[in-house]
Amino acid sequence: MSESIIIAETNKGSIAPVTAELVSAAIALGTSPIVVVPCTDAAMADNAGYDGVSRTIAVKGDCFANYDAASWAAAIDSASPSGIIIAAATPQSKDVASRIAARRGLSIVQDVVAIDGMNLTSPIYSGKAMQTVALSGDAAVSIRANIFGAAASSAANVSVVDQSGDVATAVQEIIARASTRLDVAEANIIISGGRGMGSPDNFSHLEKIADVLGAAVGASRAAVDTWEQIPHSMQVGQTGKTVNPNLYIAVGISGAIQHLAGMRSSKYIVAVNKDADAPIFAHADYGIVATWEETLPVLESALSSMMS
Amino acid sequence: MNLMPNIVVLVKRVPDTNARIVVNGDRVDLSAVKWVISPYDEFAIETALQHKEADGGSVTALTLGPAGADKILKDAKAIGVDEIVRLWDDSWSEMDSNATQSALAQAITNIGAEVVYCGKTAADTGAGSTGPGIAERLGWASVSNITDASFGGGLTVTSPVENGSAKISVSGNAVISCDKGNLKVRKPNVKGIMMAKRAQVNVVGADAPASSVTIVSQTPPPAKPAGKKYEGGSSAEEVARLLRDEANVI
Ligand SMILES: Cc1cc2nc3c(=O)[nH]c(=O)nc-3n(C[C@H](O)[C@H](O)[C@H](O)COP(=O)(O)OP(=O)(O)OC[C@H]3O[C@@H](n4cnc5c(N)ncnc54)[C@H](O)[C@@H]3O)c2cc1C
Ligand SMILES: Nc1ncnc2c1ncn2[C@@H]1O[C@H](COP(=O)(O)O)[C@@H](O)[C@H]1O
Repeated sequence: MSESIIIAETNKGSIAPVTAELVSAAIALGTSPIVVVPCTDAAMADNAGYDGVSRTIAVKGDCFANYDAASWAAAIDSASPSGIIIAAATPQSKDVASRIAARRGLSIVQDVVAIDGMNLTSPIYSGKAMQTVALSGDAAVSIRANIFGAAASSAANVSVVDQSGDVATAVQEIIARASTRLDVAEANIIISGGRGMGSPDNFSHLEKIADVLGAAVGASRAAVDTWEQIPHSMQVGQTGKTVNPNLYIAVGISGAIQHLAGMRSSKYIVAVNKDADAPIFAHADYGIVATWEETLPVLESALSSMMS
Repeated sequence: MNLMPNIVVLVKRVPDTNARIVVNGDRVDLSAVKWVISPYDEFAIETALQHKEADGGSVTALTLGPAGADKILKDAKAIGVDEIVRLWDDSWSEMDSNATQSALAQAITNIGAEVVYCGKTAADTGAGSTGPGIAERLGWASVSNITDASFGGGLTVTSPVENGSAKISVSGNAVISCDKGNLKVRKPNVKGIMMAKRAQVNVVGADAPASSVTIVSQTPPPAKPAGKKYEGGSSAEEVARLLRDEANVI
């Protein structure tokens, strides 16, 4: 069986859960995965052992203190054997995987949502169509979260490689996000508001429900463009973020094609809209035809009593 | 980064984002769509023009595509780029990322660029591979998904990181991919449109390796089974219960 190289997804100094899903994807591809952990402290790799993974390589280097695509790609590339490269379809991992693929003269297939032998399927045209491609030989592949089941954890067989790359960019300053809320790109549950919320102050009703569920709050472009209190970082859609949560709750959002582009692959979609003909209902698993004013208080109290 | 930089902006022709995408046989049928510059490439054009306004130099818009892509190059010209170049070889079709990036990297080298701006993702592929992939082939730095840029002797860009965003200074040659950010993109003016009509597209070629990733099929997205629909806000209680007991997502 040929080897594949999983680039572990890291988040705030630890291994992100999606890494376990990458292991399942690697096995679905008929490969035997090795996990590579980019880190400044090799102890992090101790948590990157999974059933079906023979070894874990901690690539330890100063360059991993801040994200710099060139040095990350160089260091990960030199520490990794040949094989299919597998990364999570997050903005940073798609970026670094693109550079590693180019270093090796390989092609890259991004945002894979299904694997059948060596055939990989991804959305194209913002999800208005799907494309299946066949690999012949090695390639790099990024995999969307919440598609493959997580491989079970087991003891990691870690070897440490000291490796650094030339850093080509310098971070001058980090501007912390004003809100301490979870970012939509990282959330498993998202509740988003649109122009139908009427005013930015009314987003507080969404925040209350987000707090109950541990969810992130998102927005449509109309909300972001109309109200300066709603930052672009919250925008979901074609010119915002593409999200793939387990649950997406759209409130006062009509469901324009460009909004759908960013969220239609969510596992479950709930829509709250006063217009029974709003296009969002065609994509909703559970639709509520009502105003948010009459719906959100009921939803909040029902969820609160269930979660407590 | 030098004063008077030779700047390239990558632009791609894609179907208008409102276009209906139909599948015919096992391929998407684009014969009836309206074509536009990929939305994020408009931010790349704006950033490139601002860079030139700050540091001098020139901006070349480069696309890899068939003759039909001349239209978007002229659109870029109308917005204000100096030169327009189309990279093509009639033997090319369904190129994979390796072939596309190799060809574009050669064209960028031949143009003599020092900085390249491109879109964060193209509206058709949604991939976000091209910018960083080209940077690697050129041995350059890259910063992706920037939301802001400032110039004047050096290049400083803003890009998202965990917990916020980072201001990053870039020394040396680089490929920068552009997100929407805070930029207002300029629209073509009458003079620009007149100039664009007369503009000559410079058509160039390059070598492209054979594709190792081949398209098997393009299909409509899987139809979603009809959901459950309720009237009235009080139904939120039932929906909450279903989210727990039926969907198992909370
Ligand atoms: C190139 C391009 C890129 C774009 N990118 C994006 C993108 O990234 N993301 C995005 O979202 N859009 C994007 N758009 C815009 C998109 O086309 C729509 O204009 C936008 O999504 C509409 O936002 P909305 O649904 O909040 O507003 P509207 O379309 O105005 O819908 C508001 C909805 O709220 C409902 N409503 C009103 N009052 C209430 C109430 N009290 N209770 C419940 N429901 C109520 C209404 O029935 C209506 O359905 C893009 C457009 C273009 C051309
Ligand atoms: N054929 C092409 N011609 C010119 N630029 C391209 C082409 N393909 C991709 N690009 C550039 O690379 C960006 C990202 O494309 P992608 O990697 O396909 O998501 C686009 O927004 C363009 O700026």
